[in-house]
Amino acid sequence: MLAQREETAAKAPEAPPASGAAQAALEVAGVTHFYGKRKALDNVSFNVAPGTFTVLLGLNGAGKSTLFSLITRLYVNRSGTIKIFGYNVAKQSGEALRRLGVVFQARTLDLELTVTQNLIYHAALHGIGPFEAKRRMASVLARAGLADRAKEKVRNLSGGYIRRVEIARAFLHHPQLLLLDEPTVGLDIKARADIIAQVRDLVATENIGVLWTTHLIDEIVPTDRVVILHQGKVLDQGVASDILARTGTPDMRSAFVKITGSDISEGVAP
Amino acid sequence: MTSVTTTQPAPARGFTPTQYLICMGGIVWREALRFVHQRGRFISALVRPLVWLFIFAAGFRSVLGVSIIPPYQTYILYDVYITPGLMAMIQLFNGMQSSLSMVYDRETGNMRTLLVSPLPRWYLLSSKLLAGAAVSILQVYAYLLIAYFWGIEPDSLWGYLAVLPALMLSGLMLGALGMALSSMVRQLENFAGVMNFVIFPMFFASSALYPIWKVQEGSPWLATVCQLNPFTYAVELIRFALYLQVDWLSLAVVAGCLVVFLAAAILAYDPARGMLIRRGGAAE
Repeated sequence: MLAQREETAAKAPEAPPASGAAQAALEVAGVTHFYGKRKALDNVSFNVAPGTFTVLLGLNGAGKSTLFSLITRLYVNRSGTIKIFGYNVAKQSGEALRRLGVVFQARTLDLELTVTQNLIYHAALHGIGPFEAKRRMASVLARAGLADRAKEKVRNLSGGYIRRVEIARAFLHHPQLLLLDEPTVGLDIKARADIIAQVRDLVATENIGVLWTTHLIDEIVPTDRVVILHQGKVLDQGVASDILARTGTPDMRSAFVKITGSDISEGVAP
Repeated sequence: MTSVTTTQPAPARGFTPTQYLICMGGIVWREALRFVHQRGRFISALVRPLVWLFIFAAGFRSVLGVSIIPPYQTYILYDVYITPGLMAMIQLFNGMQSSLSMVYDRETGNMRTLLVSPLPRWYLLSSKLLAGAAVSILQVYAYLLIAYFWGIEPDSLWGYLAVLPALMLSGLMLGALGMALSSMVRQLENFAGVMNFVIFPMFFASSALYPIWKVQEGSPWLATVCQLNPFTYAVELIRFALYLQVDWLSLAVVAGCLVVFLAAAILAYDPARGMLIRRGGAAE
């Protein structure tokens, strides 16, 4: 098994070289993960720099959520390394996770509590007291357009608003890296646009690194970094416009088809 | 392509004791809020032991005589005898309710919020355990208040205070057991099995409803089972504490079981070694 892993490691695409002045917000190097005997991730490597919007693009079942769970330490990483601002998630999880904000694909707010109560709870989990949490809350909720919904029970909010609260919550402890796992799935066009704008605003104004996993190609803009994950392997990565130039394709959809060789009529939209 | 370096992380800041306390306070506060919002849970937690007290104990009061056994110094009525058992029963059900809530949180994704906290996982789980025990103690005191007006009270009012550490210890032990069990239950639907195979056997095969010496007369093997049941020692710890005494054996067993159950729960929720991982899932 080990020999097999080493063999695949040799064939996999390399992560960007380690050079330059900026510390990597997220460094994933040679990560392989198995469910039993099934290989879900195969020597995955890529970086996310601070102040960049990186899209992890892949079909359903590509391994995006598995990778997400490894980065957040919900799954144990047994092969390769994952570092957040230089801190190894497996060995220095406290320092790594305190720099990380997370929005999971599944809703994780407590529906029975109000928006404020959910945010105070989240702040406490990061060692931030209620007074400081309320001070920070005023700005993050205003920024998300939720200032007037703070006292409402989450159960009474629409799907789009719940997502906005989750993003506001993820930013409450001032992380330097934000992970969002398919955050726009199930939302209408307006809600999707609002949420993408909310996150891009955070990248632009707060210089945080964002890893945005999705299978929705229209969420990508030419300046985004894109990591294409297919059947557990990184098949290509780089700035979206560079990928188009490299593949000689007019749009990301065509580029994705060319790179993965897959029929995406059901998997990637639009 | 943005160039990045992969070395020289910023200096580690660590967490201060105050931050640890804030985290624990937040977890306890959330559990209390959920409890307050779930009035039905509070009422059913109270109704259950009160039904036993008002109906079962009253019915058996004249049938079952209880001789003088420590910590009692006189013959006592049956409803006095079963009160510590019912207090422990509240904690037993609350411990299982907490674990049910953990299974629910895991299914709905709420558990992830807790587990991606940067504080150590053992600390997060211990805080959750403490929160559950605190809620169970509130329920027990509400029950004791009603029992007081029913004429059931310890010899000294100090007993109400003396029983607090015993309730904390037994609440933690039963909560830890529930937490360990919750890691083994994949789906909410499977939790009914916990009721049938854990709660009822633990409650009935203990000294909660009848003294062990009396069980011994009728069924020696059942008496042995009762003596092997950690719940028996939780009941006795509470019983003696109510009468301002310490049953050292019970204290040792409850404390020992707490350590074992908590270690099992922490191990089960450890992403590197947890039972959930071994079954192909995540430690979440």
